[in-house]
Amino acid sequence: MSDHAGTEAVLPEGEGVRRRDFINIAAVSAAGVGGVITLLPLVSQMAPSADVLAESSTEIDVSAIAPGQAIKGMFRKQPVFIRNLTPAEVEAANKVDVASLRDPETLKQRTKEGKENWLITMGVCTHLGCVPLGAGEGEVKGEFGGYFCPCHGSSYDTAARIRKGPAPKNLQVPEYAFTSDTIVKIG
Amino acid sequence: MIRIISILVGAFFSLALLWSFGNGAASFIKEPPAATAEALFHQHPKHYSFSSDSAFGTFDKQQLQRGFKVYKEVCAACHALKQVAFRDLKAIGYNDDEVKAVAKGFQIPVYNPATGEVNTRDGLPTDHFPPVVYAGQGNPPDLSLITKARHGGAAYVASLLTGYAEQEGYKNEKGQELLKLFPDAKTPDGLYFNPYFANLNIAMPAPIASDDQVTYTDGTKATVDQMAQDVSAFLTWTAEPKLDKRKQTGWAVLGFLLFATTLAYMAYRNIWAGKKGH
Amino acid sequence: MSFPWANEYKPANALTQWLDEKLPLPRFVYNAVGAGYPVPRNLNYAWNFGVLAGFCLMLQIVTGVILAMHYAANADVAFNSVEHIMRDVNWGWMLRYAHANGASAFFVVVYAHIFRGFFYGSYKAPREMIWLLGVVIFLLMMATAFMGYVLPWGQMSFWGAKVITGLFGAIPLVGEPIQIWLLGGYAPDNAALNRFFSLHFLLPFVIAAVVILHIWALHIPGSSNPTGVEVKTESDTVPFHPYYTAKDGFGLGVFLLGYCTMLFFFPNALGHPDNYIPANAMSTPAHIVPEWYFWPFYAILRAFTSDFFIIPAKLMGVLAMFSAILVWFFLPWLDRSPVRSGHFRPVFKKFYLALVIDVLVLGYCGGAPAAEPYVMISQIASIYYFAHFLIILPIVSAIERPEALPFSITEAVLGKDESATLAPAAAH
Repeated sequence: MSDHAGTEAVLPEGEGVRRRDFINIAAVSAAGVGGVITLLPLVSQMAPSADVLAESSTEIDVSAIAPGQAIKGMFRKQPVFIRNLTPAEVEAANKVDVASLRDPETLKQRTKEGKENWLITMGVCTHLGCVPLGAGEGEVKGEFGGYFCPCHGSSYDTAARIRKGPAPKNLQVPEYAFTSDTIVKIG
Repeated sequence: MIRIISILVGAFFSLALLWSFGNGAASFIKEPPAATAEALFHQHPKHYSFSSDSAFGTFDKQQLQRGFKVYKEVCAACHALKQVAFRDLKAIGYNDDEVKAVAKGFQIPVYNPATGEVNTRDGLPTDHFPPVVYAGQGNPPDLSLITKARHGGAAYVASLLTGYAEQEGYKNEKGQELLKLFPDAKTPDGLYFNPYFANLNIAMPAPIASDDQVTYTDGTKATVDQMAQDVSAFLTWTAEPKLDKRKQTGWAVLGFLLFATTLAYMAYRNIWAGKKGH
Repeated sequence: MSFPWANEYKPANALTQWLDEKLPLPRFVYNAVGAGYPVPRNLNYAWNFGVLAGFCLMLQIVTGVILAMHYAANADVAFNSVEHIMRDVNWGWMLRYAHANGASAFFVVVYAHIFRGFFYGSYKAPREMIWLLGVVIFLLMMATAFMGYVLPWGQMSFWGAKVITGLFGAIPLVGEPIQIWLLGGYAPDNAALNRFFSLHFLLPFVIAAVVILHIWALHIPGSSNPTGVEVKTESDTVPFHPYYTAKDGFGLGVFLLGYCTMLFFFPNALGHPDNYIPANAMSTPAHIVPEWYFWPFYAILRAFTSDFFIIPAKLMGVLAMFSAILVWFFLPWLDRSPVRSGHFRPVFKKFYLALVIDVLVLGYCGGAPAAEPYVMISQIASIYYFAHFLIILPIVSAIERPEALPFSITEAVLGKDESATLAPAAAH
């Protein structure tokens, strides 16, 4: 060690931490605490801003959807599928042995009481987030008659439950409620 | 050599400046600049005090709500508030249902791509205050940022609102009479005399004309002065909605910095102890 | 590094030993701003501003990169996107005010740094290169600050862009095409806004690169000091760490107290109200001024009101304004006095004081309306400004008789008689 480098800071053996060392440590710690606190706003600025958080519910008119048809709505900048199931599709969904499913759920659990023909799900494949086909006019519905994701081949049935392919979960059912017979409020 | 060049360059700039100075001074003496009506009669804002003025002051939400009522019933016919969203009104003490009701009272233009028409729908809390179409004379500015966009801020707005005067016989504080000194300064038709406005003539007629023009529900007496102050306070909030949070954060930061800087000073003295000459 | 007695970096453990062999970054830092850099022991608080300027640059880069995550450089939405930052983005108001006031703080610190250099002759041999790089940094800062001020796309942004690019229009023959080329149009619009945003993002990193050269050049002769006497022996210096890291830490605290007071309590005091009015190409604000840090140069620009022989007033003003900064490049060769520090130069000291006052007067006039008496005052003040650098300094440095210098830094600090005995005593 040179003659100058921090000679004052070097302790005589066995004297313990002296007051002046405590102050130096405290000063460096205070700077550290200040630095860490400063990081908080720098991190949280990337979280959704107030205008994004505010757009958390959508109202959709479903009166024009005939049985067997579906529309794509928008909820939180993502597609939401609203599908009016035909009695045959409802029956097909109910016939499936729930225990054999990857993500066991009945159609009843995925729809509202008395509105079992209205299947409302996010249009976001639970594998990696592509939009599955099957809601638009003339789109492929896949081998289970529900939705088919073209990205990696996940097939969903008429209750939008995963039946084949890499997706781990059924298409998510968002929170929603019918505010009248024709208006559904999502979120 | 470099000295000679630099002195020549210095002389060049100095002479050019002297030449400008001489010309300027000559014309200044020949025709001293005439005083203008604006210079003599434009008034600085009156002294108003708002609860949010001081370093510790916060917004008075009751006042902001009264001010919003004045905005809605008086200003909103001509002036937009497009930077503000209805949902923001929660910050001045309205609850979700009240915000929804306010939003519903405004019509939002929506373009219908199927027909090419622009229709309107009821406002939602997520919408901003809609643009205002104004067909009359003048160009009413958006009020969202008005208190930050004018010297004097809220006091200027309140002074302007209460500052309309009769131009005939108007005197400034020195007792000079405007129309005697500047007969040409007579306010043109369609404009209104207001000494708090930069060029003395404003296109806006006095918007708050009489007491109780707006009905207050909190028991405050709705005098012209009170309404002007309330709407100015409201516009302070629209321009700087984070004012309260900013000052709170500021005190916390300064307190911490004072502590940390004191420690840093002590550490600095410590480390230099025994080293003379700092 | 620069002195034979500098501490040598010794890796503390096997990991740092390994790192030191593969990529000696810790060694580099140790030698640059650590215990391995010996610094004169007598630096006063005027020497804090270099580190503070570096801090401001980092502050501006961090807050600026964040603002760019939320800002939209499009003439239709730029103004609203700034308001979106102020109202909706988490802590956005703080980040934007930190950036806007950070620009002012940066200039405060850099002006103090420059005037420290003026007084203590920091530009003199062997430190000319440090000085030249410093002037380059200052020019880059001015360009960056100007383009940053355009981004909110308020009235001052728009008219500032128009007026400053208009300066290039003063160049004979090619001026107007250059102005149109700079703007990508006939008036500031999307094209100008987008390129200013791009360059405003790029230039700070160029500044950071030149700062590295500036510090590199500094480490060759080592820091100057208030006596202007070069380091002779080990007792003249202390290691940068912990001595000056501690002092700079305290200086940073004081700086932050002032800066945060502005940021949280007077965030718009240094701005202009007109910039909260969206840009309007059809109406010029009554009184357009640049940001305060340009005022002295703006005053010089406006001081030229008459054509000088064949040179139009407009061109003369532009020429003078740029020359006012370019003259700093020649400073090491204009002031030939062998004595560096103003402390020992009785005549220079008085003219230095006059320069400080002169620049403050110019600044005041630059912020005032273009009317009398401000124009006449700025004409006189501009004459002094040019005379100071181009006439007074060369002459004074030739004829002045400086006062006696101390023999060494140690002697200046500890006194002549004690130096022989005290220096070793302080060192065990």
